[in-house]
Amino acid sequence: MNTAIQFIRAGAFALLLIFVAAAQPAVAQQAPNPTAQSVKEEQLLKALQPGSVISGRITIPDGSAATLIQPEGQDWRQFHQGTLPIIGAISIIGIITLLALFYATRGRIKIDAGFSGRTITRFGGFDRFVHWLTAGTFIVLALSGLNLSFGKFLILPIFGDAAFATLTGYGKVVHNYLSFPFMVGIALMFVIWVKDNIPNKLDLDWIKAGGGLFVKGVHPPAKRFNAGQKGVFWIVAFGGVVISVSGWFLLFPFTGGQIVGDQQFWVNVHAVLAMIFISAMLAHAYIGSVGMEGAFDAMGSGEVDENWAKEHHSLWVEEQKKLAGASPKGAVPAE
Amino acid sequence: MARVKFLCDADRCIECNACVTACKNENDVPWGINRRRVVTINDGLPGERSVSMACMHCTDAPCAAVCPVNCFYTTVDAVVLHSKDLCIGCGYCFYACPFGAPQYPRVGNFGSRGKMDKCTYCAGGPEADLTQAEYVKYGANRLAEGKLPICAEMCSTKALLAGDGAIIAEIYKERVTRRGYGSGAWGWKTAYKDGVAL
Ligand code: HEM
Ligand code: SF4
Ligand code: SF4
Repeated sequence: MNTAIQFIRAGAFALLLIFVAAAQPAVAQQAPNPTAQSVKEEQLLKALQPGSVISGRITIPDGSAATLIQPEGQDWRQFHQGTLPIIGAISIIGIITLLALFYATRGRIKIDAGFSGRTITRFGGFDRFVHWLTAGTFIVLALSGLNLSFGKFLILPIFGDAAFATLTGYGKVVHNYLSFPFMVGIALMFVIWVKDNIPNKLDLDWIKAGGGLFVKGVHPPAKRFNAGQKGVFWIVAFGGVVISVSGWFLLFPFTGGQIVGDQQFWVNVHAVLAMIFISAMLAHAYIGSVGMEGAFDAMGSGEVDENWAKEHHSLWVEEQKKLAGASPKGAVPAE
Repeated sequence: MARVKFLCDADRCIECNACVTACKNENDVPWGINRRRVVTINDGLPGERSVSMACMHCTDAPCAAVCPVNCFYTTVDAVVLHSKDLCIGCGYCFYACPFGAPQYPRVGNFGSRGKMDKCTYCAGGPEADLTQAEYVKYGANRLAEGKLPICAEMCSTKALLAGDGAIIAEIYKERVTRRGYGSGAWGWKTAYKDGVAL
């Protein structure tokens, strides 16, 4: 009996051994395989959504250092060095070409009735102060900004590395500081002029008549501001706010978002808007000076010729005359 | 001349931060600036990996392309350096850099950026080699002494490799073949437009 049991036991043990031996490779396959589990750069790069980054955990307090790779940097470079110069060139060279063509065909828009010799107060001291505060800072901001975008192509070759870097360094400081008076100017301008810049039916007729800009002797009626000037007002209001907000986020990095992508976004907004804003202001400056006889006085001395006023702001002149008739003090400035 | 590169073998890096510390010490890196840092991906999850990252000294470097004052230059060894005399601290190179390498001391108006600082591959700057002026602005110039960057020399596991790109790629490939796995030469595709074929 004993031997029989021993025999069975031995047989069972042998079977077990065979089973274990057979099972062995399966066990080995379950052992951890670092290749299968480890994060791989290739996978992460492939899975990356546009605009996102590969990031992890970092032991230093600077959280933004946890971004390991942001391939978007290459796209921003592409935009800033490729697309932005094209946008800038088209808008700025484009507007200058259009203005030159306009001047060549229409010439300087004259006061049809000629100077009357009598003047009427169009903008008082405060209006003109606010206008020139905004315009003056705008010009410096635009030049120092454009120098940042294109100076190395246009100015660096003339001055050389060191002088250009000094110039651009000062330009940056000036750009940073003058942004504040510019913002003040935009805010004041909005407050003092918004009530006369609400669009109304009169503006449609003005636009239909092309503002009288293209045909001699045509002068659609307008109140204090015509549709064209209202357009300029709203471009400055909206453009001013957006360029200030985007500029603010550049001045104070990472207040407009936590990641580099947000900074890239705000530079792009700031730079593209600057190009469009500058071209719009070039057109505004043209028509307010060389483009139209008598127009500059409005922001120069503040006193415009009565015939100029009648032609371009007929309804406003009537209002002013009525006011003057009612008050013995004389004409009230257009405020 | 060699085309030098950095390669971090993430399967070896143990996140000891010796590279970070060595760099800070060797170059007297100012407070608040890290020229090199170690980022851990999938921290605490199976298969987490740590990568030591600094300026990768890119081919056709994006930082150089966007700099408004053209203050970058590439040495014969393909190290990307910049001049702090020219830099105006605009921040553009930081926006363009895929690796977050450029850093700014908080000085100047609005508490914003000073002159940009980044990894020099321990190769100093435009000043004459091994002068005090060079050291103060850019840190050590080990390349001029015939040495490699201190971060890679100090790496406790030899995860971080510095030197001729072709040679370190070969070392990495050998390792991957021997141990049978590798999570990739982090950043190479982005910086040099070619990975290490495994
Ligand atoms: C109103 C507030 C403004 C603020 C706070 C502001 C701020 C900034 C900042 C911080 C920069 C980055 C470079 C630097 O650090 O200097 C910048 C760039 C620039 N700014 Fe302004 N800015 C403002 C208004 C303007 C205006 C009115 C213009 C022009 C019409 C302008 C045109 C530009 C341009 C062209 C750049 C270069 C953009 C590029 O190349 O990416 N900015 N601005
Ligand atoms: S890693 Fe960044 S700073 Fe270094 S060369 Fe590339 S883009 Fe320039
Ligand atoms: S921060 Fe300095 S180095 Fe960087 S882009 Fe601006 S000027 Fe050039």
